Amino acid sequence: MAWTRKILRVNLTDRTCTSEPLNMDWAHDYLGQRGLATKYLASEIDPKVDPLSPDNKIIWATGPLTGTMASTGGRYSVVTKGPLTGAIACSNSGGYFGAELKFAGWDMVIIEGRASSPVYLSIENDKVELRDASHLWGKTVWETEGQIKSEHQDPQVRVSCIGRTGENGVLYAAIVNDLHRAAGRSGVGAVAGSKNLKAIAVRGTLGVGNIANPKEFMKVTFEKKKILKENAVTGQGLPTYGTQVLMNVINEIGAMPTRNHKDVQFEGARKISAEAMHEPRESDGKAQLINNQACFGCTIACGRISKIDATHYTVVNSPKYWGASGGLEYEAAWALGCANGVDDLDALQYATMLCNEDGFDPISFGATIGAVMELYEMGVLTKEEIGIEAPFGSAKALTYLTEITARGEGFGKIIGLGSKRLCEKYGHPELSMSVKGQEFPAYDARAVQGMGLTYATSNRGACHLRSYTISSEVLGIPVKTDPLTTEGKPALVKAFQDATAVVDSTGLCVFTTFAWALSDIQPQLQAACEGDWSMEKLDLMGERIWNMERQFNNAAGFTRKDDDLPARLKTEAAKVGPAKGLVSGIDKMIPEYYDLRGWDPEGRPTAETVARLGL
Amino acid sequence: MRVTLKLYASLSDHLPDEAKRTNEWPMEVADGTTVGDLIDRHQLPKRLVHLVLVNGHYIPPASRDAHPLVENDVLAIWPPVAGG
Repeated sequence: MAWTRKILRVNLTDRTCTSEPLNMDWAHDYLGQRGLATKYLASEIDPKVDPLSPDNKIIWATGPLTGTMASTGGRYSVVTKGPLTGAIACSNSGGYFGAELKFAGWDMVIIEGRASSPVYLSIENDKVELRDASHLWGKTVWETEGQIKSEHQDPQVRVSCIGRTGENGVLYAAIVNDLHRAAGRSGVGAVAGSKNLKAIAVRGTLGVGNIANPKEFMKVTFEKKKILKENAVTGQGLPTYGTQVLMNVINEIGAMPTRNHKDVQFEGARKISAEAMHEPRESDGKAQLINNQACFGCTIACGRISKIDATHYTVVNSPKYWGASGGLEYEAAWALGCANGVDDLDALQYATMLCNEDGFDPISFGATIGAVMELYEMGVLTKEEIGIEAPFGSAKALTYLTEITARGEGFGKIIGLGSKRLCEKYGHPELSMSVKGQEFPAYDARAVQGMGLTYATSNRGACHLRSYTISSEVLGIPVKTDPLTTEGKPALVKAFQDATAVVDSTGLCVFTTFAWALSDIQPQLQAACEGDWSMEKLDLMGERIWNMERQFNNAAGFTRKDDDLPARLKTEAAKVGPAKGLVSGIDKMIPEYYDLRGWDPEGRPTAETVARLGL
Repeated sequence: MRVTLKLYASLSDHLPDEAKRTNEWPMEVADGTTVGDLIDRHQLPKRLVHLVLVNGHYIPPASRDAHPLVENDVLAIWPPVAGG
């Protein structure tokens, strides 16, 4: 059955921790992790609730395959109403925390209310308690994890926690586990902070022994691991180069959002690419990249472990940053680099370490700095206001602004609001490169048309991971489509959205889908979980999860007008590259997409769609 | 005519030393040289020649042998890669 069938419900206001059975009818309709946690959240809170009020809830959720021997089976999601967007927020993380939570015997932890003083939740199998966290408040992620392990006298305790940005209400604060794996987007860390919840620390020794058909599960997971190993992307490309290999690809096709989306190619891209991370630095003769790293159960191992040049201006007096640490991933390198015109690889490594250390999303943060630099160049923001001269390309401005955002000082408090609120505050809302208040990731919607529709319709605000059509439009996985045309993109986006909703609910990593189809995941679920897990059921489930999230957003107040892109992408054509002269065709794609979804012209699922999906 | 060959990720091993820090290899080629000709000339392993772009435009496998390069074209090639 794969699920532990147990939920831990924690009321911070009353300081109670209770065990309750998992709703198995819901598990069969929504599986786990993203789908099942969203079902619980949507059933238990008012979608119009203030995300930072005690009435919001926040859920840590595993999937049925989390903690099992399925490759990449270590994922968990944090689901809540997001403060950056006001929409459903669901952020997914790897590392080892998710599996440990499962080993402790819990499918899910639902957090309610608000503690009157800082606390953390300690879970050791069935022994669960809220502990005082006053001494941890004001500490970074790295300090918190170290201190909790020390207090428990157990280095194998896994910690999922917030840093200072979560405490300070940075609207894109993350929840970080294992030092540098993060539920990164949409501000889930700010929700935890608003509840005075510093961390969840978990130690589990029960294992995951309740697989429906263990023999078949062992056989099928072995077969599927072979596919990952023999596939050139998951067996060689990702472990060797990581996600950062995309830097030169996306730049070459002219889809690299540069300087707050003013340009679509960045002249400094090569200097901050995977290839640059591999080669010896001129300063010290050492490569920035040290090694790759895997999350629990992962046979891909795409994670980067890097070392900054100890003589770099950012760390020359800070030895704590000299050791091996989480390295640059593509989205972070883009947001901290290309979005700001910064090509100093070690400055980007420093900034990404600070994002890990104090738990904030480098995508939203970096993109917000892009808006700050544009406002500075326009003369709207001044050196006096910001605290430093901040033209595009200034690594010193980037790293200074990262430091003050991490610490919640001065102008860093404004940066912590995200680009939408910041640009509105200074009278230029059009300069926020975001949808529903969440900043774009690293693909220009003018040069990859399907990604424009992906961003506009993503239920958690602009996001690449809700339907990664780059696979098809750029990389040819599973089939190559033309990135410059809108034709066929509504169907492509819908297919990716529905399939991804299922993958995100299993406990597996979406990166498996560079080699696996959903039909490779289906037999793993079938062997692990009792009941029927046919492809037809999974296809319908993906659509059901997507529409459930949509209904939550509709009830929260989102309408057709929120499924849109900033005017810049619809009126300012790409200046160079294959997309030269093109703008996003989002207005053409939306009506067809709504039709395919079975939604009315205002973007609401029709009664027929709701009935068909059993919502 | 002058064209530039760019090789990335594991294909970088096929670049001369002076091109390794830029991944760009400018070269003179005869008029009429095709994408397929350059791939063959530099003995790039077929299984690693996956994403092939000329000036950023994708060239499908079936068109590579017949696709002629012109002056100042940039041919960029990757093995199978992905990210996100």
